Amino acid sequence: MTDRTLRGKTAIAGIGETIYYKHGQSPDSEFKLALQAIVKACDDAGISPHEVDGFASYGDDRSDGPRLAAALGIKELKFSNMFWGGGGGGVCGAVGNASAAVATGMADCVIAFRSLAQGQYRRYGRSGAAAAVAGDDAFLFPYGVMSPAQRFAMKITRFMHDHGIKQEALRGIALACYHHAQKNPNAVMRGRELDEAKYDSSRWIIEPFHHLYDCCQENDGSAAVVVVPAERAKDMKNKPAYVMACGQGGDHRSAAPVHNMPNYPSSHFGKLAPRLYAMAKMAPSDMGIVQCYENFTGGVLMSLVEHGLVKPEEANEFLVKDNLIVEGGKMPLNTSGGNLAECYMHGLELVIESVRQIRGTAINQVANNDAAIIMGGPMVTPVSSLILGSEATL
Amino acid sequence: MSDTYLPAGMPAPAAHIDGLSQPYWDGTREGKLRIQKCRGCQSWQWGPEWICHRCHSFDLAWEEIEGKGIIYSYQRPHHPVHSALNGFGPYVAVLVELPEYGIRMVGNLLGDRLQSVPIGAAVEAVFEHHNDATPPFTLVHWKLT
Repeated sequence: MTDRTLRGKTAIAGIGETIYYKHGQSPDSEFKLALQAIVKACDDAGISPHEVDGFASYGDDRSDGPRLAAALGIKELKFSNMFWGGGGGGVCGAVGNASAAVATGMADCVIAFRSLAQGQYRRYGRSGAAAAVAGDDAFLFPYGVMSPAQRFAMKITRFMHDHGIKQEALRGIALACYHHAQKNPNAVMRGRELDEAKYDSSRWIIEPFHHLYDCCQENDGSAAVVVVPAERAKDMKNKPAYVMACGQGGDHRSAAPVHNMPNYPSSHFGKLAPRLYAMAKMAPSDMGIVQCYENFTGGVLMSLVEHGLVKPEEANEFLVKDNLIVEGGKMPLNTSGGNLAECYMHGLELVIESVRQIRGTAINQVANNDAAIIMGGPMVTPVSSLILGSEATL
Repeated sequence: MSDTYLPAGMPAPAAHIDGLSQPYWDGTREGKLRIQKCRGCQSWQWGPEWICHRCHSFDLAWEEIEGKGIIYSYQRPHHPVHSALNGFGPYVAVLVELPEYGIRMVGNLLGDRLQSVPIGAAVEAVFEHHNDATPPFTLVHWKLT
């Protein structure tokens, strides 16, 4: 029987990030940022960009693969791939797609990347200026349901209502992310410490459950990883982070129009997570490194629950800063600061941080660093998650 | 003082460019709430689509429904994400479940914009006509009953 799996067949051999900026502050264009991150990732892997033969991205990235291939002088482009869906739902899926291409022999060295200059282009947190909106948006925009926060807020309201989860659980998530950013020199929010009082008194973006600090930043930057066959990665410059599993998708009609998905109060990982763990042959309790995409802290909460990392009935008690920080916490979360406090690099910064953790080179290094779970883009459809592991997990 | 719930200058609704949702917007102009009903399996469907997701019939009728439901979820946005909302202050959007039809609809909850919003409370549809718009359109809001 053919073993249809990604488990252990590929590895991330190189990581690259640009300087991360507040939106509008990058001196470089979005495409140049993409090139910078890719060149850095290749350098980290110890290879020339000429060895790259594929690109995978997501979120309708504007830096398209063929242009990158021409700009970098790629000898032969073998894989050019875009993950459907807006937002960061495709972050882990892009790494998974790159891995699938490498594992099946379609390509040999694929870059998964994201480039995003919200200053140069449109900010996610502002609505466009169109006088009329057509299609599904026509049922939302005229009622002031426009921004990503507004599109997802009612999922969070209902989840919190169903399970009796309080604002303080979301505060714990925000405090941990900001805490980890303080030691990270590339974190945009370094030097901007957050405590309970500052969180509690911050303005409402959306009531209930969305204080200012529950919402991600808007940034400029780029990030990239190099995916190669596992056997090749063993002999490369850095310790490999093996791709143990990737899952992507959505549950039954999770993209149903006008908020009519049957499972509404959800991050839409419920069906995906069991597939992910089964492919990795691992359990939630094996995940020493936990990275979850924060568009909004409520999305993190639902993702942790749907990946079996936190029980909803224990969320109020468990989701406190002390449990979520690297210094003695039971489940250190977003150890580089994540989308909230490092950079909203559409979650790819979480993949890169996981690789650093597995290598043992993270700034906020966890002790149990053999396996990492990364959860991408909660509440959008499709979403995706990834499990990476050290050689010990193979 | 405006007689609409949200200020002038908000984006106006238009039907899908391929005409999919045109019967809904035509219905609201007449003060009627119309959604899709499959002639193949008699199931209600919302939002609109060209095919019935249950039986895959393309024969979908538009039928009037009763605008009564319960508040399933809500939000009170404070931060103005559109220039028309600058200085306006918080407002309430609700997700209304219409159990009889197995669907949900999004609108604003009329009344005090700072009112507490009870999940599970009964609401009914209210038509807000924008007759001076070009072209004219009608939004569907909700009020507590």
